[in-house]
Amino acid sequence: MSTTIADALELEHVESHLHPEGSFEVDDHPVPTGLEEIWRFTPLKRLRGLHQDAPLDGAAFTVDVEAADGVTAVSVPVADSARGASGYVPVDRVSARAWQAATSVFEITVPKDLVTETPTVVRLTGSGVEHAAAGHLLVRAGAFSHAVVVVEYAGSATWAENIEVVLDDGAQLTLVTVQDWADDAVHVVSQHSRVGRDASLKHVAVTLGGDVVRASTSADYVGTGGSVDLLGVYFADAGQHLEHRLFVDHTAPKTRSNVEYKGALQGQDAHTVWIGNVLIRKVAEGIDTFEQNDNLVLTDGAKADSVPNLEIETGEIDGAGHASTTGRFDDQHLFYLQSRGIEEEEARRLVVHGFFNDVIRRIGVPALQERLVEAIEDELAEHVGRIG
Amino acid sequence: MTTLDIKDLHVSVATEDGDKEILRGVDLTVNTGEVHAIMGPNGSGKSTLAYSIAGHPKYTITKGSVTLDGQDILSMTVDERARAGLFLAMQYPVEVPGVSVANFLRTAKTAIDGEAPKLRTWVKDVNSALERMTLDPSFAQRSVNEGFSGGEKKRHEIAQLELLNPKFAVLDETDSGLDIDALRVVSDGVNRYTAQGDRGVLLITHYTRILQYIKPDFVHVFVAGRVAEQGGRELADQLEAEGYDKYTRRSDAPAGAGAAAQA
Repeated sequence: MSTTIADALELEHVESHLHPEGSFEVDDHPVPTGLEEIWRFTPLKRLRGLHQDAPLDGAAFTVDVEAADGVTAVSVPVADSARGASGYVPVDRVSARAWQAATSVFEITVPKDLVTETPTVVRLTGSGVEHAAAGHLLVRAGAFSHAVVVVEYAGSATWAENIEVVLDDGAQLTLVTVQDWADDAVHVVSQHSRVGRDASLKHVAVTLGGDVVRASTSADYVGTGGSVDLLGVYFADAGQHLEHRLFVDHTAPKTRSNVEYKGALQGQDAHTVWIGNVLIRKVAEGIDTFEQNDNLVLTDGAKADSVPNLEIETGEIDGAGHASTTGRFDDQHLFYLQSRGIEEEEARRLVVHGFFNDVIRRIGVPALQERLVEAIEDELAEHVGRIG
Repeated sequence: MTTLDIKDLHVSVATEDGDKEILRGVDLTVNTGEVHAIMGPNGSGKSTLAYSIAGHPKYTITKGSVTLDGQDILSMTVDERARAGLFLAMQYPVEVPGVSVANFLRTAKTAIDGEAPKLRTWVKDVNSALERMTLDPSFAQRSVNEGFSGGEKKRHEIAQLELLNPKFAVLDETDSGLDIDALRVVSDGVNRYTAQGDRGVLLITHYTRILQYIKPDFVHVFVAGRVAEQGGRELADQLEAEGYDKYTRRSDAPAGAGAAAQA
């Protein structure tokens, strides 16, 4: 099975920045200057050396786990781990450094056939930014399992991380990552998912906190019928840099992907970056893909970059499309709501909640949806005086 | 009795070629207990009057006044006007993605009343208001006006009128685009509202059709940004028979000259 994929990948080596050559060796990834396509949006100076040579030996963090019955969630030494199971090879220097520096792998394993509604929650809390640290998370969903995994980040940290996700045939996994960092956290994470035949991944990225968050999320397929939904909600305040880089690699026929990220920005120098890459390889006939990013700019001084890319190597597909919007408040919305007696501030809140609602209600985990609505409420409440 | 008083209202709108005056001295007094129909050809400024009363930012008042029992409406924000008792049923209601009808209605009711409605009776009120407008209760879970048909949007506006129950309602071409069944449903809603007795209606329409269902006490013919003629409901019958031609042909004539020139 894996050889088939390797062959397929080799057969159609594509020269494009969409899929750079990966390498586990740090030296194969020169220190970025900021001019590189994959780094040009990132404020390198604020990465505290993660992209250079800052030691990744910090240990100022704790991990709390609430595992659903039947799901195991434990830290194991690299040597005893299944690291690499997703086929991921680091594509940037931070990722390669994290790979080399990690001494253990946190493995969440959903056994074959296990069906559970109870979320498995892993909460990482940092307690200092001085010593950078590296982490490796591996989530494995066994064949025909059905599970929800939530990974939360809080506190202060300088954190370089690789996340691997493996879905065996027929598995259904909802993976939620919540970046609820303190204001001074820096988090650079690469996440790769390998989706089995008829397996279905829903990844929800919630990015609210941190000084700089750069999340590179990719997925590929080992068989037909695989399905990937990458949903995202982000809210950038003054000075925050939140960057999401998505790459869906359609490596098998009859697969589908849907990428939908929505972000709001408020405050001076709030900056969000969204790069949506989809590659439809020659073998990937009959696939269906759509990617969308919408940004709502609430105040002056905030900036949203949004770049959807679609590379198509076969015309034999069911559908492929992308859309990107970046807009300010629509005065017509406000007028309509205000004409019903609703004060301007309240009307703005309604519009922002409404903007996010479309994505939030598709998460499918009610408790998380409620929390998210509250989190957005908090973001708005903190800055309500500045809106306008 | 409450009075909505419009005096010598001049309104302009910014265009690429500079400010353009659309309302050129509107005088109109509406008391509660009265239904006033405003009729006129396209481009006569009927909708501008509606939006100006509601406070749409696109329009600039250059002269004149609008008062509600002596209170200056024009110095109020859009939401303050609504809380003072004005309601505008829009010709093109705005879609607000992701905001459910239920949430929208409850928020509006809370804002208008100054306190949240009692949950138990409110749900019942909403459901029966929707039902009277022949809208399915599931409608409450949909996003405001998103994906609504033209008729659903208008019925949703009148459902709001009944639930918010303002002192004055400005209905901006609520009848346009409605089939006859929807027109009846909408007219019944407006009639229930006026039957309370102490409510005023400014019914803006292009057609006389709706006046078979909603009987106006006064009819005003609006031409070139002002009232060209006024009368009772017999004026509507005359318009039905003769159309607007005679007004538009001499739309540059000063207001008030209309009646004399008829002979």
